[in-house]
Amino acid sequence: MELLSGADMLIRSLQDEGIEYIYGYPGGAALHIYDALFRQDKVKHILVRHEQAAVHMADGYARASGKPGTVLVTSGPGATNTITGIATAFMDSIPMVVLCGQVASTLIGEDAFQETDMIGVSRPVVKHNISVRHPSEIPEVIRKAYYIAATGRPGPVVVDIPKDMTTPNERYEYEYPKKVKLRSYNPAIRGHAGQIRKAAEMLLAAKRPIIYAGGGVVLGKASEQLTDLAHMLGHPVTNTLMGIGSFPASDKQSLGWLGMHGSYESNMAMHHSDLILAVGARFDDRVTNATEKFCPGARIIHIDIDPASISKTVEADVPIVGPVDSVLKELIALVKESKAKPDNDALKAWWKQIDEWRAFHGMRYEKSDTYIKPQEVIEALHRLTNGDAYVTTDVGQHQMFTAQYYKFNKPNRWINSGGLGTMGFGLPAAMGVKLSYPDDDVICVTGEGSIQMNIQELSTCKQYNLPVKVVNLNNQALGMVKQWQDMNYESRHSQSYMESLPDFIKLAEAYGHVGIRIDRKEDLEPKLKEAFAMKDKLVFIDIYVDPHEHVYPMQVARGSMKDMWLSKTERV
Amino acid sequence: MRRIISVLLENEPGALSRVVGLFSQRNYNIETLTVAPTEDETLSRLTVTTTGSDRVIEQITKQLNKLIEVVKLVDLTEGSHIERELMLIKLKASGSQRAEIKRTVDIFRGQIVDVTSTVYTVQLAGDSDKLDAFIQAVGTTGVLEVVRSGVSGIARGEKVLSI
Ligand SMILES: Cc1cc2nc3c(=O)[nH]c(=O)nc-3n(C[C@H](O)[C@H](O)[C@H](O)COP(=O)(O)OP(=O)(O)OC[C@H]3O[C@@H](n4cnc5c(N)ncnc54)[C@H](O)[C@@H]3O)c2cc1C
Ligand SMILES: Cc1ncc(C[n+]2csc(CCOP(=O)(O)OP(=O)(O)O)c2C)c(N)n1
Ligand SMILES: [Mg+2]
Repeated sequence: MELLSGADMLIRSLQDEGIEYIYGYPGGAALHIYDALFRQDKVKHILVRHEQAAVHMADGYARASGKPGTVLVTSGPGATNTITGIATAFMDSIPMVVLCGQVASTLIGEDAFQETDMIGVSRPVVKHNISVRHPSEIPEVIRKAYYIAATGRPGPVVVDIPKDMTTPNERYEYEYPKKVKLRSYNPAIRGHAGQIRKAAEMLLAAKRPIIYAGGGVVLGKASEQLTDLAHMLGHPVTNTLMGIGSFPASDKQSLGWLGMHGSYESNMAMHHSDLILAVGARFDDRVTNATEKFCPGARIIHIDIDPASISKTVEADVPIVGPVDSVLKELIALVKESKAKPDNDALKAWWKQIDEWRAFHGMRYEKSDTYIKPQEVIEALHRLTNGDAYVTTDVGQHQMFTAQYYKFNKPNRWINSGGLGTMGFGLPAAMGVKLSYPDDDVICVTGEGSIQMNIQELSTCKQYNLPVKVVNLNNQALGMVKQWQDMNYESRHSQSYMESLPDFIKLAEAYGHVGIRIDRKEDLEPKLKEAFAMKDKLVFIDIYVDPHEHVYPMQVARGSMKDMWLSKTERV
Repeated sequence: MRRIISVLLENEPGALSRVVGLFSQRNYNIETLTVAPTEDETLSRLTVTTTGSDRVIEQITKQLNKLIEVVKLVDLTEGSHIERELMLIKLKASGSQRAEIKRTVDIFRGQIVDVTSTVYTVQLAGDSDKLDAFIQAVGTTGVLEVVRSGVSGIARGEKVLSI
């Protein structure tokens, strides 16, 4: 057997795990590892400008590819800088492994230089974390870390590596384990047959059904099964913000996404339904509004791989613990072979009602002669890219407008921070996608507030030639905050106004990219075209949009799902 | 409602802090907590008493089960079970008090395990209510110090918590 140092074993393990890119930033405690990285060329390292961005890059890659991302940082400040990124991935169940240097094990606990208890600091925001206690453990620890990150309900795993675990002249036998066995970790591999049968019967008997599909369908790679089942049953489908793309938005059975800023028809249909099939969705408070008023006439079938997601905020009538793909497959088979048929008369009446809601208030906004509307920018982007781009966003109004007006027909293309809502996510996430999908259009839709939280990554884009398109919906305000202040604080705009914005065009140019400003309506389409024609350039497109625009629909606070503002003046 | 949850945990550094962290992070109560290795040295057994609505308790057990180091757990209060807590209590004991305390200790089936001219140290085991009752019986004015182990529990009959 080969003898390798801990650092070499770590890099070899990454190679054997099939890792192509890692994103990171060096420092004292990680230097043995960085040296091992230098002496090989299979695993490529991307040097970011801030560790948080490395995590968002790994995250963007994971969301687009469905495979775990990898991060490497040093101890202390390097490690603590990753926390927001890790928490972002944790909230959205994104698989990733974060490798952190640590001071030598002999110094731990002595307040050594750049010592932070990363295991303790990260504990509440990881699926698991592991400290390496002997160099020879490294291959097994790495194998375990990826296994835990990627299976069951995915999530981030932190590996803490004291410097003396990677000492160059101490060598151990290297063998990468083929399998891991953990007696205390056995994610469900299929759902309970009896429960699935019960669900199939209820689905076929329902009169006002709705399928509520979440991020779990994307994570569980089950869009095809979801689409098949929905078509077989003829039921309407709504997605959560995280589930966007898991059912084609252009399908006539799609009601769009639901919740606080979801479509009128999806919120109405949820509220009036008699049966909800929840698939990989977790009844988040941005969706349910007041839980005691949630969908009074509905029974609930809930499919989720994590039992803790079931009956957490809303009680399920038929819980099914299992992976979405296998449970949906079984449901499809049962529906196919069942003698009972969907109640077509009832479904017809239900669709008639839904079509009336659609006619009353489909997704719409008021056009303006003077201002460029943020929504029309997104519609133009959709046209220009044939609805086929990878689109990341930051957090705020621009995020909601993008989700509302870019119609995604495929999973894994809509990439945003839903659970934590992390401003600063968009650009590095887009970079992670572009690196692995160089031939696809990758757009980061952002706001002038959010982009400044990780703008330094424009430098990384230059170094690695990552020609993403940054679309800055510049409303000169922390728009989402301002909207809440308009609606709830009599327009007292406390600290939501962005004064002294930088000249983004010059800034982009200073980093070696192209900057384009759009501030006239008639320039919108031609200048966007011009930008997208520059395939090999990062173009920063700074678009001055209506600073007064609000996101609608918006659910009324503490109401039921059907209580919404439809515009500044219409409330239903 | 008060519950006793018994957990088999990998006997590894950091495992306990994950359990304790989970309770504070998710705003669950811990009333008592005991932990020690089992006859299988790779496992620890942890007993936690907590209170909460049925939904909260359900979430506690589900969230505990999600911790990678939790091997198995059981809510002992769902079935018939035995619970015990150990108390060591130091009491002022001089003159006529001494006989009185001795009598109370006997009634509660405790033992006096250390004696000075002015102090008795009493050892008492039982369920938590019994320990509370003892303190009431001797009267709080005479109590110098109390240390309680927290609850340990085990199911009655054939049922065992093992892997
Ligand atoms: C400004 C802002 C506004 C927002 N407004 C809205 C809104 O209006 N509407 C909205 O929907 N969201 C909104 N969100 C997002 C919201 O906060 C939540 O992130 C989102 O609703 C959660 O989506 P989800 O229920 O699909 O769960 P996710 O967080 O995607 O969780 C996935 C679920 O699927 C399960 N799962 C994972 N893998 C599998 C598998 N293989 N098999 C089975 N189950 C699996 C997981 O256990 C989990 O329960 C907003 C966010 C922000 C920042
Ligand atoms: C790191 C972080 N800090 C604060 C917030 C709260 N927040 C949510 S949206 C928002 C405003 C975002 O402004 P901008 O990026 O310009 O987007 P807009 O809403 O104007 O489109 C703020 C401050 C957050 N989500 N993330
Ligand atoms: Mg803004």
